[in-house]
Amino acid sequence: MTAIRVLFQRELLRFVRQRSRMIAVIVSPMLFWIVIGSGLNRSFHYPGSSGAMTYLEYFYPGTLVLVVLFASIFSSISIIEDRRDGFLQSVLVAPISRAGIVLGKVAGITVLAALQGAVFLAAAPAVIDSTTAGSMVLTFVLLLVVAFGLSSLGFLIAWSMDSTQGFHAVMNLLLVPMWLLSGALFPVSGSSPWVAEVMRWNPLTYGVAATRRALYGLAPGAGADLPGFGTSFLVLSLFTIIVLTVAIRRVHKRTPSAPMQNEP
Amino acid sequence: MKKQRSHTPRIRSRTSRQAPPSPPVLRVSGLTFAYPGRSVLRGISLEAREGEAVAILGPNGSGKSTLLKIIATLALPADGSVFLDRWDVAQHPGEARAHLGVVFQSPALDDKLTVLENLHFHGLLYGLAQPLLGDRIKESLEVFRLWDRRHERVEKLSGGLQRRVELAKGILHKPRLLLLDEPSTGLDPAARLEFWYFLRRILRSAPMCAILTTHLTDEADRCDRVLIMDRGEALAMGSPGELKGKLGGDIVVLQSSDLQKLRRKVHRHFRLDGTLSNTELHLRVPGGAEVLPRLVRSFPELIESATLRKPSLEDVFLQRTGHRLHHESAEATRGDS
Repeated sequence: MTAIRVLFQRELLRFVRQRSRMIAVIVSPMLFWIVIGSGLNRSFHYPGSSGAMTYLEYFYPGTLVLVVLFASIFSSISIIEDRRDGFLQSVLVAPISRAGIVLGKVAGITVLAALQGAVFLAAAPAVIDSTTAGSMVLTFVLLLVVAFGLSSLGFLIAWSMDSTQGFHAVMNLLLVPMWLLSGALFPVSGSSPWVAEVMRWNPLTYGVAATRRALYGLAPGAGADLPGFGTSFLVLSLFTIIVLTVAIRRVHKRTPSAPMQNEP
Repeated sequence: MKKQRSHTPRIRSRTSRQAPPSPPVLRVSGLTFAYPGRSVLRGISLEAREGEAVAILGPNGSGKSTLLKIIATLALPADGSVFLDRWDVAQHPGEARAHLGVVFQSPALDDKLTVLENLHFHGLLYGLAQPLLGDRIKESLEVFRLWDRRHERVEKLSGGLQRRVELAKGILHKPRLLLLDEPSTGLDPAARLEFWYFLRRILRSAPMCAILTTHLTDEADRCDRVLIMDRGEALAMGSPGELKGKLGGDIVVLQSSDLQKLRRKVHRHFRLDGTLSNTELHLRVPGGAEVLPRLVRSFPELIESATLRKPSLEDVFLQRTGHRLHHESAEATRGDS
């Protein structure tokens, strides 16, 4: 429990002292949203939605998830160096539970990522007409859940990496495609069958769907072809638990010796 | 609470056969470890007692960092055991960790946090709570003369001061064993002296011992005992005085443009076997002061310079391995960090 508290506090303190980190995380998704959203605004037709949804509106929940994704991922990258040449070295030799190390770090990253998402969430009333205080609170809670899953994934990947270059490769080959095929950019309905199939197996699809539904206060206006809120929540939770368990196991393991060589 | 203890561990270790020694704090026996395709530790044994500083001396790639990793509970050996007091490190890493202090080669401080915050978090991780934690932090920072700098961020401190914070952090929870990985890396000579002053001070004042890895002989010379390692093997163990004493005689170092020829001639005329290093011929001779002038007179055209000195740990290493400490082949450095 102490480990969780210490690592969590440290994460927040560090963030407060390097606020510039926040700019990259929020500004680039926002630019994406404005440029892509405005560019496609008129040519977009979402078959699942009631009434005429503009692309800026459709793309908004996905951008929210992108802010959270970027925030989680960029924080996770620091684990690689921190573990080799930093503070985490001494955390690993401290008499604390290994699960505490993972949970403390992931909790810190999660809260920061969700808070950064919340900054962008402030624009919701201007984008979605039906926004209420309730829907915004619900969305924030959901961002926390999504951030928790993504931070756990970020932790697991970072822990398995020797270098930050490796992490960037995984980010480009796995994490960005995960987001592209999550329903953030285009809906499942209307995509070619194989893309739709991939999307159905992508856990982030459920993150985006739940965020979308939460933003509309669980009203049907979000889109008829989306998986339900309950289903989405369940998939997200399952995904998070699995990734977290694997991460804790990884951290628990001490570097084993390879078989000894028989040398002259 | 200060116990009365000998302040001269160097002497105590020599007389350990007469007086019953205190049980060792650390007992490493028969440790083996391999990375895929390469053995890095081949049966290493080592002990350390209260008040002692023990150096593990070896070039990069000798396996000393891996040895430290195993003692620090971060790696598991293929064979052999590590006991910290009564705790088997492999079986009870949690208990062992509580009694271990580790100072890593690269800084393990959070540079965005202040000195005080770093120590505070560290203390919490070791289960210290207020008001004890506050007292320990103050005590620790005062020992290292850091109390006035406690509100400064670590990133603003010099390398020497950061090392001091690392040490203060390493002993905050009063460990039984302090592990130091290449502790003077990146320190200027003044900061290095200071580091040794503080390390000796804490070893005198608390019931603990220190193990440090180094590739510098002058650093090993300051320790009570030295384990010389090369390619995963322990080659010699003893106090610096013992190791150098065993070698005996004097060292004559000759420089020449034709070392091979000089070596042959010295062998033929003086019956002396020399060891060649990159640019020098090392001869171990009894009564070097007599031999040196005769050598120079005999081969005036071959000898460019001649030096006479007492054996150093470098000579001990050279004699045991046949190569110099700082001769690093690419293969030897591979896989070790």
